[in-house]
Amino acid sequence: MNQTKKNNLIVLSLGIILIFSIIISFWIGRYPVYTKELLGILFSKIIPIDQFWTDTMETVLFNIRLPRIALACLVGCCLSGAGAAYQGVFQNPMAAPDILGASAGAAFGAALAILNYQSSYMITFSAFFFSLVTVALVYFVSKKAKGSGILGLILSGIMVSSLFSAGTSFIKLVADPNEQLPAITYWLMGSLSGTKNSDVSFVIIPMAIGVIPLLLLRWRMNVLTMGDDEARTMGVNSNQVRIIVIVCSTLITAASVSVSGMIGWVGLVIPHLARKLVGNNYNHLMPTSMLLGAIFLLIVDNVSKNLFSTEIPLGILTAFIGAPFFLYLITRKGDIY
Amino acid sequence: MSIEVKNLSFGYCDRLVLDGINFKAEENQLISILGPNGVGKSTLFHCILSLLKGYQGQVLLNGKDTRAMSIKEMAELVAFIPQSHYPSFNFSVFDMVLMGTTVQVSAFSKPGKKQVQLVEAALERLGISYLIDRGYTQISGGERQLVLLARALVQETRILILDEPTANLDYGNQIRVMTQIKSLAKEGYTIMQSTHNPDQTFLFSDIVMAMKDGKIVAYGVPGDIFTEELIRNLYAAEVKIQSLYEDKVRVCIPKCAI
Repeated sequence: MNQTKKNNLIVLSLGIILIFSIIISFWIGRYPVYTKELLGILFSKIIPIDQFWTDTMETVLFNIRLPRIALACLVGCCLSGAGAAYQGVFQNPMAAPDILGASAGAAFGAALAILNYQSSYMITFSAFFFSLVTVALVYFVSKKAKGSGILGLILSGIMVSSLFSAGTSFIKLVADPNEQLPAITYWLMGSLSGTKNSDVSFVIIPMAIGVIPLLLLRWRMNVLTMGDDEARTMGVNSNQVRIIVIVCSTLITAASVSVSGMIGWVGLVIPHLARKLVGNNYNHLMPTSMLLGAIFLLIVDNVSKNLFSTEIPLGILTAFIGAPFFLYLITRKGDIY
Repeated sequence: MSIEVKNLSFGYCDRLVLDGINFKAEENQLISILGPNGVGKSTLFHCILSLLKGYQGQVLLNGKDTRAMSIKEMAELVAFIPQSHYPSFNFSVFDMVLMGTTVQVSAFSKPGKKQVQLVEAALERLGISYLIDRGYTQISGGERQLVLLARALVQETRILILDEPTANLDYGNQIRVMTQIKSLAKEGYTIMQSTHNPDQTFLFSDIVMAMKDGKIVAYGVPGDIFTEELIRNLYAAEVKIQSLYEDKVRVCIPKCAI
């Protein structure tokens, strides 16, 4: 019972940390915006203040930094929320958001759009569309598979993913090596550079549609981790709940990868970090994962754009940080998995 | 609450696992099912719980056909206690037991104060309050079985179905778990369990149901049907049955050991 109070406190503190990280992120960047101007611009949106800053500063803050900060938070929140949800419904601690092929599909869609000289908006749309198509395909293939539903889903996820990866490789092979190939390769590395407000408005609705049910169903997800039969005898319609959770998680994963490209490890490592902090009860695990994911990706994105003179793709950094950190988590003394 | 099974048959592909099962279990009864491995005890439970649907015949709970009942309605009548297991994720004992109350709350909400009180009462009743903050995967097998029993109690059903509740438990834990189950039957629960321990079956059960090849070969009070022939028939083992304390206890001794 004290555990509940402690966990509430953790969720609250993470919320506060997130708000501070967001404010600090507005301040960090190549174009200098000083604290006084920053606070002035931010507060002028709430209370009327006479302008004492330049228009460029306001443009930088609202058209360049704001969408990027918003997207880093949204993508981090969605990827780790989806990871935590998949781990629960598949009763598999190693499940990640791309387990059902959402990432492989998005990569194929993006590569296809780049090959056909599409606009950046079409690249995002194509990635989103193919991501959903891939997961739908995985789902229908698994319906035909014999035996356990969960194993069937995971196996068809692996197979369909590798099919789409092969497709992506083929597109890279035939792409124009001077322009298209680097564009595809860069997209696949995962990055939030060049984020526009339109990207945020593209993903915000699917993300909201996906995140809200995941938060509402978190007690049922606990019961689902006991396995289908047990969940049913406790009054949970396991097939129904699983399908809702899969659809929602897929929606937010697809929305995330369509604007950010391949950002690995967040969906696996952050839920595990959250499990260490608040335990496995989804009541606290889900919000903790989402907040931690948002904070993590925001910080890593700040590092990726400011550490060196050229930007390092986010996907590379998350892998560099994620993999060793995961090793630390699983080898740390005193924990039982 | 009664469980009535009428002409129940179930088969996987062309192999018939259950073949024309008929019985009726009443309140205050602890029914133990004896039978060799693979005889269909778990399959029978899965049919009763509506986890398997493709069976012939009928399962009636309190006279109502389970085919017409929703998952929620079933969970309000019957609680299932699986063999003690390791779930993929480690939950605290409190959370684990609280899951049993899920059927009492709506889909989008979590259990509230009333459910927390139920959990505390159930842990108290089974004498495992000290486990409340421990991790379910970090306690002993016997303790896990009692936690699962607590989870079934907070579900507030009148029927309990237990799949080999004493499998993999040490001798002391077997006695503790069986004593609790027996006292629940006395309080009015209808309880069915499967077991592999003939002595224990005789000691604790109100009714023994012996199964072989998907059929019921013996059904009745332990004193009537617990014989050397039955054990030989079920397990292909030659035993000598000794009666002790004016037939309050019967002990099976393998002949090859005497």
